[in-house]
Amino acid sequence: MLIGGFIIAVLAGLVFLCGKSSHGRHLRWPLTALTLLLLINLIFKPGFFTVEMTSDGYLYGSLIDILNHSSKTAILAIGMTLVMATGGIDISVGSVMAISGAMAATVIVMPKERFALWGLDPAAVAFGAAVLCGLLVAVAAGAWNGFLTSGCGIQPMVATLVLMVAGRGIAQLITDGTIITFDDPLLSFIGNGHLLTLPFTTWIAWTLFAIVALLTRKTALGLFVESIGNNETASRYAGIEARGIKWLTYIINGFCAGVAGLIVSSNIKCADANHAGLYLELDAILATVIGGTSMSGGRFYLSGSMAGALLIQTVATMMYANDVNPAVIAVPKALVVIVVCLLQSDVFRQKLSRRFHRGAAQEVDA
Amino acid sequence: MKRLRFPVRYVPFAATVAVFLLVYALGICNFRNFGSLRVFLGLLHDNAYLGIAAIGAEMVILSGGIDLSVGAVIAFTGVLIAKLAGCGVNAGAAMALALAAGTLFGALQGVLIARYRLPPFLVTLGGMFFARGSSYMISEEAIGILNNPVIMVIEDRLQIAVGNRGLTLEFIDMLYLALLVIAVVFMQKTTAGRRVYAVGENEQAATLMGIPVARTKVMVYTLAGFCSALAGIAFTIYLKSGNPLNCIGLEMDAIAAAVIGGTLLTGGVGYMIGSFFGVLVLGLIQVLIMFQGNINSWWTRIIVGALVLVFIFMQNLITQLSNRRRI
Amino acid sequence: MEILRTEGIEKRFRGVQALRKVDFSLEAGEIHALMGENGAGKSTLIKVITGVYPPSGGQVFLQGKPVAFPSPLEAEKAGISTVYQEVNLLPDLSVAENICIGREPRGRLGLIDHRAMRRRAETALARLDIQVDVAESLSSYSIAIQQLIAIARALDIDCRLLILDEPTSSLDENEVRELFGVMRKLRDQGMAILFITHFLDQVYQVSDRITVLRDGQKVGTWRSEELPRVEMVARMLGKTVAEAEAPVDRNGSAAVGEPVLEAHGLGRRNMLYPIDLDVRAGEQVGLAGLLGSGRSEVAQLLFGVVPRDSGQLRMKGRLLPQRFWSPRKALKAGMALIAEDRKVTGIIPDLTVRENIMLALQASEGMWKTLSRKRQQELAEHFIQLLGIKTPDGEQLVKNLSGGNQQKVLIARWLATDPQLMILDEPTRGIDVGAKAEVAALTRKLCVNGMAVIFISSELEEVARGCDRVVVLRDHRRVGELNGPEVCLAAIMQTIAGQG
Repeated sequence: MLIGGFIIAVLAGLVFLCGKSSHGRHLRWPLTALTLLLLINLIFKPGFFTVEMTSDGYLYGSLIDILNHSSKTAILAIGMTLVMATGGIDISVGSVMAISGAMAATVIVMPKERFALWGLDPAAVAFGAAVLCGLLVAVAAGAWNGFLTSGCGIQPMVATLVLMVAGRGIAQLITDGTIITFDDPLLSFIGNGHLLTLPFTTWIAWTLFAIVALLTRKTALGLFVESIGNNETASRYAGIEARGIKWLTYIINGFCAGVAGLIVSSNIKCADANHAGLYLELDAILATVIGGTSMSGGRFYLSGSMAGALLIQTVATMMYANDVNPAVIAVPKALVVIVVCLLQSDVFRQKLSRRFHRGAAQEVDA
Repeated sequence: MKRLRFPVRYVPFAATVAVFLLVYALGICNFRNFGSLRVFLGLLHDNAYLGIAAIGAEMVILSGGIDLSVGAVIAFTGVLIAKLAGCGVNAGAAMALALAAGTLFGALQGVLIARYRLPPFLVTLGGMFFARGSSYMISEEAIGILNNPVIMVIEDRLQIAVGNRGLTLEFIDMLYLALLVIAVVFMQKTTAGRRVYAVGENEQAATLMGIPVARTKVMVYTLAGFCSALAGIAFTIYLKSGNPLNCIGLEMDAIAAAVIGGTLLTGGVGYMIGSFFGVLVLGLIQVLIMFQGNINSWWTRIIVGALVLVFIFMQNLITQLSNRRRI
Repeated sequence: MEILRTEGIEKRFRGVQALRKVDFSLEAGEIHALMGENGAGKSTLIKVITGVYPPSGGQVFLQGKPVAFPSPLEAEKAGISTVYQEVNLLPDLSVAENICIGREPRGRLGLIDHRAMRRRAETALARLDIQVDVAESLSSYSIAIQQLIAIARALDIDCRLLILDEPTSSLDENEVRELFGVMRKLRDQGMAILFITHFLDQVYQVSDRITVLRDGQKVGTWRSEELPRVEMVARMLGKTVAEAEAPVDRNGSAAVGEPVLEAHGLGRRNMLYPIDLDVRAGEQVGLAGLLGSGRSEVAQLLFGVVPRDSGQLRMKGRLLPQRFWSPRKALKAGMALIAEDRKVTGIIPDLTVRENIMLALQASEGMWKTLSRKRQQELAEHFIQLLGIKTPDGEQLVKNLSGGNQQKVLIARWLATDPQLMILDEPTRGIDVGAKAEVAALTRKLCVNGMAVIFISSELEEVARGCDRVVVLRDHRRVGELNGPEVCLAAIMQTIAGQG
């Protein structure tokens, strides 16, 4: 109860600050929604905020669940934010996740003798190789998407459709059509382990967020990305290598999908080519849009995307906590999509403000 | 009068037919019975629901939009019918209700897209979540309707014998073919159908030519919702059950069918009949792999992906060519 | 008989006043030319009349009755047909459909009667003496034919008022003559034709009356024979005749120094025949020619926006590579291009003034060498002050600035890179008079400070006034060069016309 009150107070404070500062305005709506959701929980289900420590020194509870399970979406949303900021979109990330998970699982189940290299511990080498291979194929997939979109000039949705359709087939090709299970302790740590009392996935997501935020804001990459998304022709005229930058965003996005794919397959200790990351591309796009990044490109907000991912997972966890079938989560998700879209729509805003002003005028008349 | 270029716009469609014939010939050459009527009717029967859904998807794509809600609406319709039938409602009435619900659903999506200028991708994404979630609300597991009298009548009576070896054209096959004919006529021969092309090709020009763009779009998404619901009915009859897990990812098959059918995903270019060939090509690849036996089924997806890629490259090339010539 | 009248039409776009109290009238059986510079409000007036935009004030009357069309369709139904500036048709539909769409002939069951449609299209085209296969897709015909087909579409309805918005810009001489023949025929049948063009000759060839707009206001309406050409130009420019004819005053010409740019055989297939061009330090070279003469193409090839097929480029004597020549390389070699069409090729609307100013400099430094925030702010403040950019501070979004100030931001963007050669392509289009003068003064100052400048403008007066040397282009070829004292409006126009 105390924790809950504290968290909500902090969030409300953040919302207030965001409203004041011009840098955080995009965070206002997702954070307000998050605060309201938590407030509902505080009133109706105070147990939601219980966080306890296990004997192994892990924290657990609904809040920790949210942090843990939102990380996949958050990681995907980080890459998606950059892609969408250039005016692109990548609908293949779910399939890419399946590919990278399949790759890592295939490598990790190879006989350990093969990894006895340079006198190193074969288990560690196998783990390293699995992670590296998983990420490499994902980066290659991202590079392929970048090749089709910025290299060949094909519309992003159309270009990434190819890998979305074929990706799961490729994943099955890698696993030879079977569901590969593994029990490597190192690889399972990625999706199940804890570090400093928190789930390891959370560390991955927020570290990745910090790295990409630094990469975009401390170099000129962020400016170039926003500039391209806002007006690609003008950016090219200003001397920006638009093609290269766009390509780079798809590669980063592929990398993020690879990380998320490793987490998913590590979490369930198997590579399931058919279901790994299914529909997660849509969640990632949704988190990005909730975070304030427009589908048509331009300004992007990594922190907003993180907040969006948290919001989506909070809704899901709330429903778990209330014993609602998890599949029904899609309904509130749908409503969120539509409401966010409407709030971002100029036509809707105009209609709303016209109604508001008319109301005001009538008051004056009265 | 100056003629500047060869009408390359027919090339994708010609390529579609060529691919279809090629795959078919490949099957006939390699397998006995592949060319038989039985295989073809089976192909039609197994893909009728996909074909119906693809008609709606094709129309949306021609208007320059996209519809991701197809698979979810099919699942929703199926579950709704099965649930109502299970509660003792006449299955025919349940189907009519489901059809109305799907149409209304499509109309709502259309209004959001056309009146509020929301991106179709996001709206139909929301629609997909909504329909999928709603079907779980109705039922969390598959509901069978094996012994429903109406379904039995449809199964047993509404069929036409083809040839004299006991082969039949089932109700849903006829439904698909009838809808296809209507759709082809609609897109080619009615004002409303031609407006869809105009809107898809260039919205601004269409507005200046006095075409009611918003109304046309609402109509397109409404009809797409209708098609999805009808596909749901066909699928329910085909499987004799409703399942909220049905047809996950079917929207991508429908879109792939349209692309392989020679339709430009940017809108405005393509033929309704192309979706028919697209669906058949998708089905043929599956049948071919089934006949082969020792190739794994995941090759289907890779081949479909490769085909989509080839068609996209071809269309890109054509667009670039015609743009260059126009300068 | 009066067909159309507007009274006190006003139109504002987000605070920009595009039309101010325009009173205008059009009679049956006349060809009425609407003249004005870019941004004078011609297209806006037409779009208000045809219902594309609702007016912010005032009233349109059609045959004496007040009308307000909610969409172009309603205007068409009332008998107003429009052919817009760009060919606004659907290239992948057939010619017949392009002519008839929205009002297709229907046969049995309400289905479209394709045969009747083709017949109708042929009839409509026959009125214009064009014979094409109407079943063929529109895109298989040249732009000129497409333009005529657009007119045929406009005539297909029972229209009383035909509006032609720059219909001749893509037509060759013969096609223009044919079109004028058709226009006269239609006029004699009693139709009212509102005609917009940039070509002065054409105005006098066909129009009966001329209305001049300037900065959203009507300057006046005259019978064609009562308005001498020089006076019309003066009215369009907002000057008296005496001012327009005054000799060009060119003081403060800088001492011309070493060659900065030397281009030999610069060209590209279908775009520009190889030309030679050189510019010296402290020299302002003008490129003059009509729209589509190849002047912007020169800038695009120099700057690597479009790769060149041929030609050697030297900057300060150093040979520049031809392969993979790109804007980024041109920028690094010391070039700067302020391209035409600011909205498309210039400003990044949702970025701030500061970011827009630093963009090119950052691009030349590369992604990793980020300019410090302090440096960025200094740059922004420096240029805001130097160029007098009217903005509260550097954090304002560029889209909120007026056109003239946006243009200054672009100039600042390129000055920040400290270029040796500045190419300005239509830098004064669509900005107000005061800003135009400022831009002109600024480019002059750049030259005095030793920069080489290439100045491209469709407003020949600006070219004549500002440039030390003028290279004239026609039909994608270099056709002449005027030096020092030869540079004057009349001489440039003569060279363009091929009489020089």
